[in-house]
Amino acid sequence: MRHDHLLSAGQLTRGDIEAVLDRAADLADDPGAVGERHADRLLALCFFEPSTRTKMSFDTAMKRLGGDTVDMGPVESSSVKKGESLADTVRVIEGYADGIVLRHPSEGAAKLASQFVDVPVVNAGDGAGQHPSQTLLDLYTMRERAGLDDLTVGIMGDLKYGRTVHSLASALTNFDARMHFISPESLRLPHGVQFDLHDAGARLREHTDLDDVLSELDVLYVTRIQRERFPDENEYQQVAGEYQIDAGTLERARDDLTVMHPLPRVDEIAPDVDATDHAAYFAQAHNGVPVRMALLDELLGGDAATDGGAGR
Amino acid sequence: MSDPERELRVSKIRNGTVIDHISGGQALNVLAILGIDGSEGVGVSIGMNVPSDKLGTKDVLKVEDRELSQGEVDVLSLLAPEATVNIVREFEVVEKKRVERPERVVGLLTCPNHNCITNQDEPVESAFEVVDDGVRCEFCGEIVREDIGDHLAVH
Repeated sequence: MRHDHLLSAGQLTRGDIEAVLDRAADLADDPGAVGERHADRLLALCFFEPSTRTKMSFDTAMKRLGGDTVDMGPVESSSVKKGESLADTVRVIEGYADGIVLRHPSEGAAKLASQFVDVPVVNAGDGAGQHPSQTLLDLYTMRERAGLDDLTVGIMGDLKYGRTVHSLASALTNFDARMHFISPESLRLPHGVQFDLHDAGARLREHTDLDDVLSELDVLYVTRIQRERFPDENEYQQVAGEYQIDAGTLERARDDLTVMHPLPRVDEIAPDVDATDHAAYFAQAHNGVPVRMALLDELLGGDAATDGGAGR
Repeated sequence: MSDPERELRVSKIRNGTVIDHISGGQALNVLAILGIDGSEGVGVSIGMNVPSDKLGTKDVLKVEDRELSQGEVDVLSLLAPEATVNIVREFEVVEKKRVERPERVVGLLTCPNHNCITNQDEPVESAFEVVDDGVRCEFCGEIVREDIGDHLAVH
């Protein structure tokens, strides 16, 4: 991968993705393999929205690479509260750190930030837009569990606002994957995402009922349907209930079905699934560290002498 | 009634630009795109919703003492893909410009996605990629296919 920033999954080729996943596998086996080249490097964590997994795993990844992090802290106690623009905020932080990990409630925020700074920007979620580093760890998990070729993937839940879904679907167009999208009518994939998938020649179908496709799936990627997306509580309860799975649901699935979830889950996957062989979501979350180590290693670059130099 | 000169009710201009075959009702948006609001002091004649064999109804604009550049003509294509642009000098048409779709438009449109970062008071111009059947925000990916004139940033 030779990119200045990671803004959306659409910028990644199959080669880019495989390079990160291979590197992540190496680092998972031997975290010391990266040496000392990030020892004096700082990564800025700028989270304008709450986060547990993404922020902690970037923090962990940077520290495991031998570097350190600086954290903007919660928005409530920052200058953003005083009305500072994102463009100004990142231009200031650029002076403190060697890279910026940005989560922001507005779509396109990371793209905007990337236009104002020279250090690498990683989009760690922009509104209902993209979350490409999550996609890399999703693909890493899928590759470990099911491989990335001749794959049938079901993606279920909030497909409209789910940024992990948008990035994952986009990245899967690089592989030999059939995609089934399962959601209520009101939460179907947005036009912009569909446009890109069709443009990339994706094989996809949309469903409102998981049972239409469950038995065909190698992977079922479940996402949370958020209460605030519905005007009234009754409608939410009714719709959300149709997109919850439990161990009983999965009896109709193939034995080797892998169930994934970007977490946090609320009640879309019942706890009785956790003990089944289908459950991969906690391993998936753990994979965030080696995958983000590999990603940061690539983006922050390094001393060419220890870097393999040619072709990169 | 079929004499176009009668129906246009607009006299010929000596020098300037005539934009014909604008989709009916879009003339004011075209003026907005071109940044013409009358304050420049140039003469502007507008014919709106006049009968047209080709379009049913069309708008016609005549802007005196101003020759549109190719860049200005190209952005017209988003609102008026059928438009024809004639440059007039001394009452004669000296150049006919073709309307071609630009690859991108910057600063011209407002993203209809209220949650797009370009709508959040940031020091950045909107940017849209021109795609097959519309335009697409380069920041948030929102696609605008219809009523592009409703999203002009220059009203």
